[in-house]
Amino acid sequence: MTSGSRPAGQGVLEGKVALITGAASGIGRATALLFGRERAAVALFDRDEAGGREVVRAIEEGGGRALFVRGDVTHDEDARRAVEGTVAGFGRLDILFNNAGIIRRDTLVESSEEDWDRVMAVNVKGVFLMSRLAVPLMARAGGGVIINTASVWGLVGGPRAAAYCASKGAVVLLTKAMAIDHGADKVRVNCICPGDTDTPMLRNEAGMLGEPMDRHMAQAADVPLRRVARPEEIAQAALYLAGDASSFVSGAPLIVDGGFVAS
Amino acid sequence: MRLAGKVALITGGTSGIGRATAALFAREGAKVALTGRDEVRGRVVLHEVKSAGSEAIFVRSDVRLADDCRRAVDETIKAFKRLDILFNNAGVFFPHTVPDSSEEEWDQTLDVNLKGTYLMSKFALPHMIAQRSGAIVNNSSGWGLVGGDAAAAYCASKGGVVLLTKAMAVDHGRQGIRINCICPGDVETPMLPEDARQRGLDWDEYLKGAANRPLGRIGKPEEIARAVLFLASDDSSFMTGSALVVDGGGTAD
Repeated sequence: MTSGSRPAGQGVLEGKVALITGAASGIGRATALLFGRERAAVALFDRDEAGGREVVRAIEEGGGRALFVRGDVTHDEDARRAVEGTVAGFGRLDILFNNAGIIRRDTLVESSEEDWDRVMAVNVKGVFLMSRLAVPLMARAGGGVIINTASVWGLVGGPRAAAYCASKGAVVLLTKAMAIDHGADKVRVNCICPGDTDTPMLRNEAGMLGEPMDRHMAQAADVPLRRVARPEEIAQAALYLAGDASSFVSGAPLIVDGGFVAS
Repeated sequence: MRLAGKVALITGGTSGIGRATAALFAREGAKVALTGRDEVRGRVVLHEVKSAGSEAIFVRSDVRLADDCRRAVDETIKAFKRLDILFNNAGVFFPHTVPDSSEEEWDQTLDVNLKGTYLMSKFALPHMIAQRSGAIVNNSSGWGLVGGDAAAAYCASKGGVVLLTKAMAVDHGRQGIRINCICPGDVETPMLPEDARQRGLDWDEYLKGAANRPLGRIGKPEEIARAVLFLASDDSSFMTGSALVVDGGGTAD
């Protein structure tokens, strides 16, 4: 590759290999694009093949390296294929971004057991399945970084989101527990707690709540910075945690919420 | 260069985390104003920062004194015409329980660590509000989130900094100003051997205790400076009211 075809960025992740779950849309997509610009080789894992391949193409057109693995983070075999595919394609794994997540906007009473199980499976067990494969690889390589997408609703409660809050609270504490267990192997584990971000998930919630979109988005923007986040702003937080700039950060929830939980 | 064209004011800029942050900010293109109480150390760090290729000034001042804080902000504006970043970093530490702590120590700790943050922000914010942009980063501590042994005044002051950060974030978000804090764990600064000395502990033993955290070591000032850079730069454009913990996992358990 000539330097002229290199993606524009500062090369913060030069030489690194990143695996991102839920990479076909929203925060995962923005992070895949940013990591690609910062010269990481990026493996994208998602159920949405068309969306994932579109992101791969965009990274490659920018002069970066990317591959796509179709699968579901709740299935161990799929998780295994994602990790093995990453190593087969790029030779190593330095950064795992456990980002795949879903939400259901129901109270505990309204929610079905199937919904509860599905939210927990994607948001929490997916982190477990991916991480247990990645940690030994990283430990053998002398270190690595795991970033989990939690939420501000993993720190404070929200209305009609019981399963989601429970799952994201679990992600925050799983992050801390893993940081304690794997620090000695130089694996840093942190999570991001985004506030409302302009993603397909946020917009889908309007339907789940039966609210008009404009009212839903206006409520989401009711934070000290008076707006919702752009996915790229959450991706910047992931980049900080993925790179050597955060070399002494582990077990920490990084809140990126425009001031939502401060008030 | 992530701070090109920006002007940063750093309190307690003559040693430790402040000094490392001043050097990093200069390398990232910021013009830097440093404050501290020690004129001689101030001149040394000023030379370092200028060697990094940036414009810089030193203002001798004590963050406990309103007149000094006002002067630090005024001198910064006079020299560089604007103020984009305020790093409230000046801090002191005395290793004492409540009964062992003198009232003078209590007052000094709260005045430097907490009231200093208030005073500097009070004089800096009007300039940022007029610009409709700005970032304030406060230096709190892991011990602003959890308690530590024989550090009562320090814990109180740093807990105060965390919540002052959140309150200011709520008040000034709509004016386009972001306010966050960092919570460092033990870092290789002059504060650490001084703590060991005051506690009457052997340095090697002390260091072993300080390194007893998931990453198995203490932090380097440069690692904290990079967290400050993240919060001061546009990379953290949707962050306000947050406490960024940089402690090698020390408060995860």
